[in-house]
Amino acid sequence: MQTQSEIGYNSKIEGDVIITRVDAALAWFQKNSVWPMPMGLACCGIELMAVGASRFDISRFGSEVMRFSPRQSDCMIVAGTVTYKMAGFVKRIYDQMPSPKWVIAMGACASTGGMYRSYAVLQGVDKIIPVDVYVAGCPPRPEAVLDALMKIQEQIGREPILSKLNLVAKLTGAPTP
Amino acid sequence: MATVQDIQIPDPATRTAAALEDLQDMQGEKMVLNMGPSHPATHGVLRIVLELDGEMITKAEPDVGFLHRGDEKIAENMTYTQFIPYTDRLDYLAPLANNVAYALAVEKLLGIHDQLPPRCQYIRVMCAELARISSHLLGLGAFAMDMGAVTVFLLTFTEREKIYNLCESLTGARFTTTYTRIGGLSRDLPPGWADQCRKFLEEVVHNIDESETLLTRNRIWVDRIRDLAVISKADAISYGLSGPNLRGSGVEYDLRKAKPYLCYRDLEFDIPVGSTGDCYDRYLVRIEEMRQSVRILHQCLDRIPGGADNRSKEPINVADGKVVLPSKQKVLSSMEELIHQFMLVTEGVNCPPGEIYFGHENPKGELGFYIHSKGGGTPYRMKIRSPSFVNLSIIPKIFPGCMMSDSVAILGSLDFVMGECDR
Amino acid sequence: MSNLDSAQSLKAKFGDLISGPSEFRGEITLSVADAERMAEVCAFAKSNLGFDYLVDLSSLDHYGEDPRWTVVYELRNLSTNAELRLKTDVSEEKSELPSVLGVWATANWHEREIYDMMGLRFKGHPDLRRILMWEGYPYHPLRKDFPLAGKPTNVPEVAFTEITPMEGGPFVTLPSSGDAVSREPRVRTPEE
Repeated sequence: MQTQSEIGYNSKIEGDVIITRVDAALAWFQKNSVWPMPMGLACCGIELMAVGASRFDISRFGSEVMRFSPRQSDCMIVAGTVTYKMAGFVKRIYDQMPSPKWVIAMGACASTGGMYRSYAVLQGVDKIIPVDVYVAGCPPRPEAVLDALMKIQEQIGREPILSKLNLVAKLTGAPTP
Repeated sequence: MATVQDIQIPDPATRTAAALEDLQDMQGEKMVLNMGPSHPATHGVLRIVLELDGEMITKAEPDVGFLHRGDEKIAENMTYTQFIPYTDRLDYLAPLANNVAYALAVEKLLGIHDQLPPRCQYIRVMCAELARISSHLLGLGAFAMDMGAVTVFLLTFTEREKIYNLCESLTGARFTTTYTRIGGLSRDLPPGWADQCRKFLEEVVHNIDESETLLTRNRIWVDRIRDLAVISKADAISYGLSGPNLRGSGVEYDLRKAKPYLCYRDLEFDIPVGSTGDCYDRYLVRIEEMRQSVRILHQCLDRIPGGADNRSKEPINVADGKVVLPSKQKVLSSMEELIHQFMLVTEGVNCPPGEIYFGHENPKGELGFYIHSKGGGTPYRMKIRSPSFVNLSIIPKIFPGCMMSDSVAILGSLDFVMGECDR
Repeated sequence: MSNLDSAQSLKAKFGDLISGPSEFRGEITLSVADAERMAEVCAFAKSNLGFDYLVDLSSLDHYGEDPRWTVVYELRNLSTNAELRLKTDVSEEKSELPSVLGVWATANWHEREIYDMMGLRFKGHPDLRRILMWEGYPYHPLRKDFPLAGKPTNVPEVAFTEITPMEGGPFVTLPSSGDAVSREPRVRTPEE
């Protein structure tokens, strides 16, 4: 639990009100509802299903729905071997996701090609899409995948969302820099 | 008071023919729909190009190969033992069964497949049957989830987590176990494993019962998959189907009974055979196979030579220094074992020149290894006859005439996995 | 009919076309001399001897020898459990043999895979195209002169395939009777 220094909160005085920065609040909303886009290609896909099942519940982290529609998801989890034949489709689906978007490369095959050093396997999905977190393992334990999700959440927590959106400029009508 | 009439249900052949007749009347403009490689993660990366006339499918062309990783070419460059992890990832829902199949194939090439110690045989049968339960549970869960019954998925996954616990204490990994070795196993049963297994078997029967209560006599379930995609006996044999798909169509053929290997001759179990060949029959065959696997596991646990904790120190490996790694103390002290260890690790098991084919009854069907060896520790050619590859080839035959939403049901009932299909 | 009986009756029918039977680990193998008549032999095996199930159809590449290709058919009789293996050789110049699609419907995808991986063409196949690699892949990967690491090609949408970094592997020892230096584990070219 990291303490947000942006929050000035004294329950005796304010009651149920938190004073914080808009960035921190937006980041808090965003990171606790990361909807994954499961790109379950091979054996890691089965571990991804196990992460979503009842023992290692991913919905307690906010990833309640595993949306198979890229337009409605935040984070793509590439789980499994990416072959050259499949690579174009992975890229196409990544392009369809609206920003902000993150990518978790789950498992050895997605990170670097894994133990399949052959003519048909793309040696790492980071050759076609930018990856935020790599998870090692073949397949990684579900706890490792949840740890990767938590790292993504930390990363979202640090992002300056407001300045990215130029929201203040749009609201006040000032000319954008 | 209305008269009570019997509902006339003609046999499936008549019903299918009548449906096809209706299809002829509805010809119109066709639409091509791509059921893309990015599926809900269960069945993996399969692409089907459908030609639709309204809701009715008129043509279906599957496009496989999105998970082709080059296993067969990799096998030509590896020793037999180095290839075992690749066999895990073939049918990744039942990796123990693949390991057993591969080890048996190489042992047949070596000629020692009938010299395996009995304890090793019993443990391998237990592994294969656990894998069968695991694979059918997931097949059932994914099938039901795709049809909308999400509860069954969560129920079956709870049981699979228990199987994962068993695998983890036995082999060290939840799945991708790499447990068998050429000539035996990598390690013996850990203490307390048999009790854990018995406890699991009691619970899994309740869980299968619960899933059956939810599905088997459920009006929606039966209406959706009864008489869907009937595969006739002749078609099933001609298209080379195997496993529950073949047995669902009425062909009573199971490799465990037809060509018994390991200790299946001494075990009592039945083979469920369907009568119609529709999706409902295949579903029922898989449920019953799970129950029979539980029966086999109980017999194995009762009869395993040496008992569950191996008090009498029964061997689990063939006693041949040229095949199995010798124990570490001998390696470090005696010359002969040192040489054996060196040769086995660098060159691999020295197999005689020749070729064999060995088919194993995997949960998905018949997993076969055709190994052509020119001597030495690496195969010259290894062909993996994967059941899912062959099972999928029947799609262009059974999809036309079905509705768009039936396609998911048919794919679920065929129960294939792309890691095996594409290798 | 046991395996050997089926083999003998096949040999009796086709005479010189079939050589064998050879036995290894309980399996009977017959060699068919002329690949062109393979469909005929298979049709006879199915109709008269009851081999209604084609278990597997694989291909071998004897790089550097002539004939270069061998196609292997595994047949099974489901009712009597008899099994038989038929092999036939195809030379590299020809690289073609008739399809057995008319005998067993399962041969469809097996033959497409052999075409994809080895480059053997099957006459009479209605739809001979690549099945595991993408359309337009220029090589046949399972040939012995194709390296495991692959060759750079064009992939639709991704626009490249690169040579896999093998880092000197896979390290395999050759089982020849040469000295330890020539047999040591290292990267091997296809000629070895």
